Amino acid sequence: MDLITQPPPVRQLEPGSKLTVRPGRSNAHIHELDKAVFGDSARPGIISADRDRDVVPTLERMRIEQLSISYGAKQAVRSVSLPVRQGEVLALIGPSGCGKTTLLRSLNRLTELTAGAALSGRVTLDGTDIAELEPTALRRRVTMVFQQPNPFPMSIFDNVAYVLREQARRKPRRASLRPHVEEVLARAGLLDEVRDNLDHPALRLSGGQQQRLCIARALAANPEVLLLDEPCSALDPQSTKVIEELIVRLREEVAVVIVTHNLQQAHRIADHVAFMYLGELIEYAPAGALFSAPREQRTKEYVSGAFG
Amino acid sequence: MSRQTAVQPSVSWRLSDRLGLAMAWSMGLLFCLVCGAIVAYLLVQGVRYLHPDLLWTNPRVASGQNDTGGFLAPLLGTILVTSVAMALATPIGVGVAVWLSEYARPRPLARVVESTVEMFAGAPSVVLALFGVILFRASFMGFLTEKNGGVVYGKGFFPAGAMLSLLALPLVVTSVREGLRAIPNHVREASYALGKTKIATIRRVLLPAVRPDIITGSMIGAGHAIGDTAIIVILLGDTFQLQGAGGVPLLGTLRGTGSTLTSYVFDNAPTGDLNQPNKAFAAALVLLAMVLVINVLVDVFGRRTREQKWT
Repeated sequence: MDLITQPPPVRQLEPGSKLTVRPGRSNAHIHELDKAVFGDSARPGIISADRDRDVVPTLERMRIEQLSISYGAKQAVRSVSLPVRQGEVLALIGPSGCGKTTLLRSLNRLTELTAGAALSGRVTLDGTDIAELEPTALRRRVTMVFQQPNPFPMSIFDNVAYVLREQARRKPRRASLRPHVEEVLARAGLLDEVRDNLDHPALRLSGGQQQRLCIARALAANPEVLLLDEPCSALDPQSTKVIEELIVRLREEVAVVIVTHNLQQAHRIADHVAFMYLGELIEYAPAGALFSAPREQRTKEYVSGAFG
Repeated sequence: MSRQTAVQPSVSWRLSDRLGLAMAWSMGLLFCLVCGAIVAYLLVQGVRYLHPDLLWTNPRVASGQNDTGGFLAPLLGTILVTSVAMALATPIGVGVAVWLSEYARPRPLARVVESTVEMFAGAPSVVLALFGVILFRASFMGFLTEKNGGVVYGKGFFPAGAMLSLLALPLVVTSVREGLRAIPNHVREASYALGKTKIATIRRVLLPAVRPDIITGSMIGAGHAIGDTAIIVILLGDTFQLQGAGGVPLLGTLRGTGSTLTSYVFDNAPTGDLNQPNKAFAAALVLLAMVLVINVLVDVFGRRTREQKWT
């Protein structure tokens, strides 16, 4: 932590220890709602009031140090420092235009595609400065899922195989790709639904299935970090639930960073939450603590719905 | 009033509005009438004179309309010259569209290319034909056409097809560029975010996504190229039969001269050199049928492939 000049208040978790989150009032009410929608079979788990799930061992994958990003005269991100760990979900929350999406996109250098974007500070991936990595190599290790489900106009199989095909020097045979494609689809919780239709056009899937396919596509390269930019905002509640459960499961294999407008969602799935406002990181804390006992006034106001 | 409706009954309108409505209706009906009359007349005349053997026999020089043969050579000529035109216009058009939509740097050059494409779309084909004559008569272009004693005439399927492709090019470019514009930017970013280069993204994601637009654009372009006459008369030679240049079979034919249905109709129209209206109507019907078939194909194909898109 000493590398970070302004260390964020991180609660260090002992591997294997149990993190019990005190339920906030709003959360209990969600559980009631949930029961009303899904009946008593609503599994106490992610979408439940008493979220005491197992804490998986964490491993720091990325470290954001004093990162500032500006578009021309407009400063989008101001000197943000954050750790990104495998084994936990990091949620970035904050009102529109607070820089959370810009911050997310800078983690795999997608910000470079925007003309006029200037960046200072440092982001490391497993100790290496990402500015020194080849962008294409970096983006295979830090993949991204977008707000709108956007499968490519090809078959389900080809969408997942897309990453594998081009990065290989010789075009691999379909048969040799199949086990990996199926495994990735299984990790994304989609295999059972599409096993017999791998050759169907991906754009015929439902919105929720499309988004899970996009997650599978992002997992196909075996990334270390998975970035999610409001992945559920275009989906219905049932699909959202499926994807939230998936995200929580995935955090054991990859570091997950999610941008969300939905505070309940952040509360349900995140282990750590970073609240941003006007480009600054206002508060970074374990999810339960940030929602039930925010230290900063602005966090308190935002979380309680005073603005945003 | 008991119920408010979105469309007011026209009885309550002012006189000028009602007159306007009547005008709009009558103009629309008149247009349909003119269009229907042309098709009906062509159909009646064409069916009367169109015997199947006209499609199988070549034109001949003779005195009576019964002895001058059919229009096999012009029909083949139409298919050949349109194929040459589209073989050139489709790849070039797709390339131009991709460059305009995905690169377009430097900006001034992109603007010049855009106005050039628009200029081709509006240029009279006879102007292009004239330019083609100058271009393909140059001795360094001689390998594309038949030579007679070292003199390059610059007439043949290659020159005609090349100039026709300029006619079809804007339609391909416009269609493909619209298709590319309709792809949301986050789809491109999704590909970059998987570590793909721009070239890989264009080849593997964007071009497959605009395949329907490529097909639609080239079919509309082909429909346009089929109907042109000026370029054919000036650059294809407008000869009775296909006159190959010898050598390799298909290549020789393409280097040689010929005619198309349009130039055949042009010659056989009552005001033309040959004045054989029966043949003109029969050939015109075939020409119209070809264009109609293309339009229907575009429509059916377009409707079938539009269903799946991103939000």
